[in-house]
Amino acid sequence: MKQVFTRPESLKDVPTHFCPGCNHGTVHRLVGEAIDDLGLRSETIGVASVGCSVFLYGYFDIDVIEAPHGRAPAVATGAKRARPDRIVFTYQGDGDLAAIGMSEIIHSANRGEDITVIFVNNTTYGMTGGQMAPTTLPGQKTSTSPYGRDVSKDGAPFKMAELLAGLDGVAFSARVSLDSPKNVLMAKKLIKTAFQYQVEKKGFSFIEALSSCPTNWGMSPLAANQRVTDEMVPYFPLGTYKNRADL
Amino acid sequence: MRHDVFIAGYGGQGVLLAGNLLSYAAIYEGNNVSFFPAYGVEKRGGAAMCTIVFADGDTGSPVVGSPTVSLLLNPLSFEKYAAKVKRGGVCIVNSSLVDITGVELPGIEIIPIPMNQLALEIGDVRMVNMVACGAYSEMSGALAISSLEAALKKALPERNHRLIPANITAIEAGARAARAKKA
Amino acid sequence: MNSPVTEKIFVKGNEAVAMAALEAGCRCYFGYPITPQSDIPEYLSRELPKTGGEFLQAESEIGAINMLLGASAAGVRAMTSSSGPGISLKQEGISYMAGSELPGVIVDIMRQGPGLGGIDASQADYFQATRGGGHGGYRIIVLAPNSVQEMYDLTMLAFDLSDLYRIPAMVLADSVIGQMKESIVANARPEVVLPEKGWAVRGRGEGTEQNVVKSLKLGDGEMEKFHWMMHDRYQLLADKENRWEEYQTDDAELIVTAFGSTSRISKTAVTMAREAGMKVGLMRPVTLFPFPKPAYAALSERCKLFLTIELSTGQMVDDVRLSVARDAEVAFYGRPPGAGSLPTPEELFEQIAHRYRARPAVAEVTL
Ligand SMILES: Cc1ncc(C[n+]2csc(CCOP(=O)(O)OP(=O)(O)O)c2C)c(N)n1
Ligand code: SF4
Ligand SMILES: [Mg+2]
Repeated sequence: MKQVFTRPESLKDVPTHFCPGCNHGTVHRLVGEAIDDLGLRSETIGVASVGCSVFLYGYFDIDVIEAPHGRAPAVATGAKRARPDRIVFTYQGDGDLAAIGMSEIIHSANRGEDITVIFVNNTTYGMTGGQMAPTTLPGQKTSTSPYGRDVSKDGAPFKMAELLAGLDGVAFSARVSLDSPKNVLMAKKLIKTAFQYQVEKKGFSFIEALSSCPTNWGMSPLAANQRVTDEMVPYFPLGTYKNRADL
Repeated sequence: MRHDVFIAGYGGQGVLLAGNLLSYAAIYEGNNVSFFPAYGVEKRGGAAMCTIVFADGDTGSPVVGSPTVSLLLNPLSFEKYAAKVKRGGVCIVNSSLVDITGVELPGIEIIPIPMNQLALEIGDVRMVNMVACGAYSEMSGALAISSLEAALKKALPERNHRLIPANITAIEAGARAARAKKA
Repeated sequence: MNSPVTEKIFVKGNEAVAMAALEAGCRCYFGYPITPQSDIPEYLSRELPKTGGEFLQAESEIGAINMLLGASAAGVRAMTSSSGPGISLKQEGISYMAGSELPGVIVDIMRQGPGLGGIDASQADYFQATRGGGHGGYRIIVLAPNSVQEMYDLTMLAFDLSDLYRIPAMVLADSVIGQMKESIVANARPEVVLPEKGWAVRGRGEGTEQNVVKSLKLGDGEMEKFHWMMHDRYQLLADKENRWEEYQTDDAELIVTAFGSTSRISKTAVTMAREAGMKVGLMRPVTLFPFPKPAYAALSERCKLFLTIELSTGQMVDDVRLSVARDAEVAFYGRPPGAGSLPTPEELFEQIAHRYRARPAVAEVTL
């Protein structure tokens, strides 16, 4: 029998602290597989952000820098400029990347830094207990939007994959989701492409992964997965928004 | 008078609700109250704990090193905290989950109450916290059962008020079990 | 509850801050989520809109403090709150507010650091708070509550002092005081006569002068004059607004001194020492800036041994040493912040007893 579910070498054999049904674990796994498949484990530097994924160093058996909240792309820029021969990626949540870190992400993308950014969009601040995020859907109730996100006051959710695709420095920008086996396979392929582009020094590569946060959504893992399908995917369409190879 | 009580168990046993209930009961009796939910590394293991201090005057430190009374609802908290009880103090233990045969703590009175069993008899194991509170009231004499019952309205969210009668039954069962131990 | 005795409510320290802000007439709140203070924005996101106020979750703490600057400049009462990493980001804005003589309330629920640190209680941001924190040389008012009641009362006081002196005011607490629940009385806003905010920008209108809120001061001698003016204002603040609490200090031969959460733990330790027959007292500064120096000086005339207790390796102890008489000794006991480092009253009692027994004998008066 063919073993289909082995642990990527880039990941440690430890239980994670993620809640049941959380997609962070899946994204970790796909990133680990991409690093393994491309044989990059020994030369990769991960930059952890502040959020539920802050323990990146605990799960990835690679070198990791912990960045201040929102600053991962700047930290990654520093690391990449210091060691251009290494593969550098950031792993950031929506609060981290699209709120406090908006300046850092836009500028590193615009500079075309040769880094890969993995952006986990779960429409909330997971780690701090479910506050409104820049990607919280219109009308969505969170602990700081108790009456639902009011677009007239808080603005509409940021569509980061589209937004960054508009910048010249960006070589690759795609949005994936993990709500079905088919989508997970697609995500796996595109994450690998993003790292491949960095290997080929094509420029900045970006993956937005739509993810569930059952805990802060107050849902069961199954219901949360369904919410990704029913509410998130229609608002944040999946697909590749920029591919320099197409140009 | 100043009273302190420490409650510990695992998440899901309603430790914080028990602490809130005792706090509201103490306020009902005209006390000042400090309720300190301890958190830190221990929280991640699914452990829950809190300290309640109440007094007619100043509550003083919300942090208590050796509590006068501890309510320990699971084996882990018994292992960690039973010996911290003050000499001359009382350790009320959930004997449905904690095996205390042969355990002796010099100067500390151990009161085993089969809290899960009593709660199950009432029909819901989640009532362990109420059983514990009833046992506390009886053992310490610091808060009247009637105050606990009056406090339920405050401690429970509105939507759970229909459960008040069942909670009262559980509190009284805990008190009765403790009374039998005292005799 | 139809309580027979009191009209007390039972709330978390952080909630008390938010309730007090509403009672104080705070019209705008700007913040960014961070543990252990998120109860404040969560409460205000629910309640502030009901009073017609503005709640806005900013994109970062840098955003939030600059929104506070704008609202204060427009003449309304406004507040922000955060913890360590976020307070660091706010320092730039606080410096601009200080340079522009703007009021505004900043709540800091300290957590362990440096860096990301963790969420356990800390007092290691004492220097950051009391020395100004940002660039340029300025001070802000710093109030240190040690109970949920004081979280309420001192938040209201922070609004008043800040408006009165046109200096940003900080409520400095930690996760013990922020997260614990206590029975409190939600006092009504005290009557305080405050000056009109004639300096606020409201639109020029007709017949009045243009108002400008700024910190740029390029004129010859202009900035020097500003610094001396603020220096005098800080002095006035020290003369009029020092607040502290003394407990059993009258005949004390050792005075424990601590602020915020550790003062609560210390007080019980002092009571234990008294019960053991030791003449020990407690001095607790309530205002950290201004620091109640004269009160320390007076105490040190009759008591020559102090023990400062902090959740750090020693910060406030510097101010205590600068305040007491030269012949007074100031000892220190610290537990740097972090999981498991919160001292118990029993532990502090040991520290007190050991110092008390080793104190130099008071010279016997022989005839
Ligand atoms: C300067 C600063 N402000 C606030 C925080 C608190 N904080 C920790 S994680 C986080 C947001 C997490 O949300 P997100 O980036 O969406 O990640 P998730 O947990 O949802 O994966 C915040 C605000 C901090 N650590 N530093
Ligand atoms: S809080 Fe949400 S994002 Fe964080 S681990 Fe749990 S499910 Fe995942
Ligand atoms: Mg998120």
